[in-house]
Amino acid sequence: MIHNVRTHISQNEALLFERSSPGKRAYQLPELDVPPVDALAALGAGNVRAGIDGFPEVSEVEAIRHFTRLSTWNYAIDHGMYPLGSCTMKYNPRVNELVARIEGLAWAHPYQPEALAQGSMEVMARLEAMLAEITGMDAVTLQPSAGAHGELTGILLIRALLEKRGDPRKKILVPDSAHGTNPATAAIAGYAVENIKSTETGLLDVSALERIVDQDVAALMVTNPNTLGVFEENIARAAEILHAKGAMLYMDGANMNALVGIARPGDFGVDALHLNLHKTFSTPHGGGGPGAGPVAVKKALEPFLPVPRLKRSGKRWAWDYKRKRSIGRVRAFYGNFGVLVRALAYILAHGGPGLRNATVDAVMNAVYIRKRLEPYYDLPYGSPNMHEVVFSDARQAAHGVRTGDIAKRLIDYGFHPYTVSFPLIVHGALMIEPTETEGKAELDSFIDAMISIAKEAETDPQLVKNAPYNTRTSRVDEVSAARKPVLRWKGGEG
Amino acid sequence: MRYLPKSDSERRAMMDACGIDSPEALFAHLPAAARLGRALELPAGISEYEIVDYFRRRAAENANGYASFLGAGAYNHFRPVLVDAVASRGEFLTSYTPYQAEISQGVLTAIFEFQTMICQLTGMDVANASMYDGSTAVPEAAMMAARLTGKGKALVARSVHPEYREVLYTYAKNQGMPVEEFGYVPETGTLDLEDLERKIDGLTAAVIVQSPNFFGVVDQVKAAGEIAHRSGALLVLIFTEAVSLGILEPQAEADIVAGELQSFAISPSYGGPFAGIIATREKHVRQIPGRLVGQTTDSRGNRAFCLTLSTREQHIRRERATSNICTNQALIALMATVFMTVYGKQGLRELAEQNLAKAHYLAGKLKPRFAGGFFNEFAVRLQGKTPEEANKSLLKKKIVGGLPLGRFYPELSDSMLLCATEMSRRPDMDALSEILGLAAR
Amino acid sequence: MYPENFRYTKEHEWVLVEGDTGTIGITDHAQEELGDIVYVDLPKIGARIEQGGSLGSVESVKAVSDIYSPAGGEVTDVNQALADAPEKLNTDPHGDGWLVKIRLSAPEEIAELMTAADYRKYVEAEK
Repeated sequence: MIHNVRTHISQNEALLFERSSPGKRAYQLPELDVPPVDALAALGAGNVRAGIDGFPEVSEVEAIRHFTRLSTWNYAIDHGMYPLGSCTMKYNPRVNELVARIEGLAWAHPYQPEALAQGSMEVMARLEAMLAEITGMDAVTLQPSAGAHGELTGILLIRALLEKRGDPRKKILVPDSAHGTNPATAAIAGYAVENIKSTETGLLDVSALERIVDQDVAALMVTNPNTLGVFEENIARAAEILHAKGAMLYMDGANMNALVGIARPGDFGVDALHLNLHKTFSTPHGGGGPGAGPVAVKKALEPFLPVPRLKRSGKRWAWDYKRKRSIGRVRAFYGNFGVLVRALAYILAHGGPGLRNATVDAVMNAVYIRKRLEPYYDLPYGSPNMHEVVFSDARQAAHGVRTGDIAKRLIDYGFHPYTVSFPLIVHGALMIEPTETEGKAELDSFIDAMISIAKEAETDPQLVKNAPYNTRTSRVDEVSAARKPVLRWKGGEG
Repeated sequence: MRYLPKSDSERRAMMDACGIDSPEALFAHLPAAARLGRALELPAGISEYEIVDYFRRRAAENANGYASFLGAGAYNHFRPVLVDAVASRGEFLTSYTPYQAEISQGVLTAIFEFQTMICQLTGMDVANASMYDGSTAVPEAAMMAARLTGKGKALVARSVHPEYREVLYTYAKNQGMPVEEFGYVPETGTLDLEDLERKIDGLTAAVIVQSPNFFGVVDQVKAAGEIAHRSGALLVLIFTEAVSLGILEPQAEADIVAGELQSFAISPSYGGPFAGIIATREKHVRQIPGRLVGQTTDSRGNRAFCLTLSTREQHIRRERATSNICTNQALIALMATVFMTVYGKQGLRELAEQNLAKAHYLAGKLKPRFAGGFFNEFAVRLQGKTPEEANKSLLKKKIVGGLPLGRFYPELSDSMLLCATEMSRRPDMDALSEILGLAAR
Repeated sequence: MYPENFRYTKEHEWVLVEGDTGTIGITDHAQEELGDIVYVDLPKIGARIEQGGSLGSVESVKAVSDIYSPAGGEVTDVNQALADAPEKLNTDPHGDGWLVKIRLSAPEEIAELMTAADYRKYVEAEK
């Protein structure tokens, strides 16, 4: 029945500290070509440590085996489909890795003279321009380190503009379908958060918005397509309502993979948005980072962008630090340059038409999954979906099987689970985003697995509830982990 | 396109299954006004060869073949080969945040080891799974101190990295957190403790200091901690040069340690991506921002790891989360973990000693401006030439000199900050001191 | 299931009044909904709380739930045992899993709360 996987052995591996034994080493430093220095004399007796208690001592062979064995315990896009909704787990092209390691780029020091950093600056300038074209916005900052950091930057820009107009205002509106980072960001930026209930069709409630927006509202943060994968058809109207009251429209660009080459936020009223280069633009997630969260804005917000800004000075690029209306820095240096290189490599590889084709394939994949799974899983919102589709576990829950159980069972079939229990407006959500990376064969076997699990939920619910069976680690006790946190290795006790 | 796996006939079959006759139908429900009525104005896609060529040409426009004495928050350390061998494995590179513990034990175990090693290095009880970088860890630490003390003000030393301070201001301004600076002693480059005493009061939540500080000087952390604690504030200790942890005594006075791990095999990469950390005492764990990995067991009784204490985070607590941070820098933290493993207990010490020796060799030829003990960076005062002019002469010899300090400290416009690491070769240091020597002292 | 001598709130807290002291906890229904409780955040002794004000929160692995005070008053005692054994909230929510004791500042507030019978009906209707 499960034909995508069969079990194979994986090595056990102790923690580094347990493998360690005194005197082993995996390094050799060059012989010192200058006289040694007495640390006690140079730094003062109280400042010199005796040794690093517990720090590992292993050989090079043990080190590479250690990490290689660990790696085999991980699922990854390179293994197969990774349909985490909202996360856009697409193929990470390897050429991106190669170019990010080219010496002149990888070893560029952030303070090296501008005349000797023109290559890096050109890469950034080109990426800024391309992202502006893709989003339909006027200016882009590449400084933010990740999506949530971009959100914060965007909201601070809006705050600065409103402040300039005389009043930063008090509230940020957030639909109940939003990512958790949106309200958290608004709070960090010093705003109160007001939630807006979605309509029965899962869309932004424009009439509620019309009632709520007043002189206290700074902005609406909206994800488009929203977390149900549905395009907010009234987005332009929402922008009008906000703009009429002097408020702004911020877009969470987490779902840009549905729009590139098809529709541009700048054309439907968005004032500022962030992009997740690690989602839409293929830079690797790396187990949870690094990412990059550039922010694109309309002209009115441009004077407030973080310093420094790239500017053309004769034939050269220069950094402009003298921007008195800037919100300041949101981080040291200029941004996650290594991530920017990878994103630019991705855009160059696709080109304009290729990016659009990727969007088409991403949306087609999600629509295909919806069509084929609709007979087996409850679809709480019927609006046409774009790059992702959200089912609920309503039918399986009747047999005591919840979305989390189905997710774990999917692992036995050789797939990474979809996003579980999000968005919050769908009770028992299964949020599936296949991305353009999956071919028909991979999609079909994913769909077969989902259908098979739906049948198991009816005939043998316990089978699903105890999954997974094929993994080297079975269900993990997260409750004990949280009740008695063990957050570092503490010697023999471990 | 080579990244798109479907053939036309497969697309056809899928469209048939979806009941549509053209890809355009997928977007028919979008309001016409929202649609882009034209193609993106971007060039056509290019081959792998052309991509590599494009970036090689850009790299050639940067500094190549220069010896560099720049530090100031980004350091030139050798990257052991194992680091990229491990970090390039698709199982690490192309996985997501380890929410599904059963198939993410690789990254979870590595992060647990990372947290442990950061605790061992800093002398703290708990370290998070990493932050964006050192600079953003500073406001996160300040906000954490505010939550822990119930107070709102931050006092930051002027000898903390200037760009880190700028980031702190950006965050603090919108949090309604007043930030005040206190100075350094012009002779030693260490904290002006009297200034700190004058400015601290019952409203101070955090005293933020860096050691080695921006001038490379090992600072008076203990004394600052005592002053902070007397007023009921927490001491936040920043570091930018992680290799110094191999030789410097962990500071028991610190309540929160926030730092930058770039020195641990992260290429300078024109400023990022790097990885920051926040470490603290066990009793403050509920207020630490960012992800944490904890040890537990699976249903068969085997040791296993999972993300834990997640209720602090934005995806659960939303507007009341400890931070809006979502990602950590897992891959960068992994690189740092491999680095720490390769060097290990003896190696990190030896590496630190080599840095110390190289910097002191260079400093022996150029009198440091500050009398305080330093690790691998120090300031020198030039005479007869500005630092900018001196750097111009150095460039002709294929040497990138130090960072002119006037950019951040107007009173130090006659000085530059030099850094020497294990990568600094003696002939380059000799050449540097020869050119600067004429101007130094 | 729900003790007759307790009074209940719509947010699923209970209060037991003895003299001018109210002992407060969360109901069996609440712990059932939350699942395994891993952490309890309680106020400091001496804190003054209004009716409906926040008494702290209880956490499961993936959720945080606020506790609202059924009545106003001053916190006189908190259940320290929960710090090491939050599971008591699951195993004995109406007994060992109590959260705080307060000195009631307005005992008449209790009359507004639901009786056990009312609460049973309320929980049934919520399902």
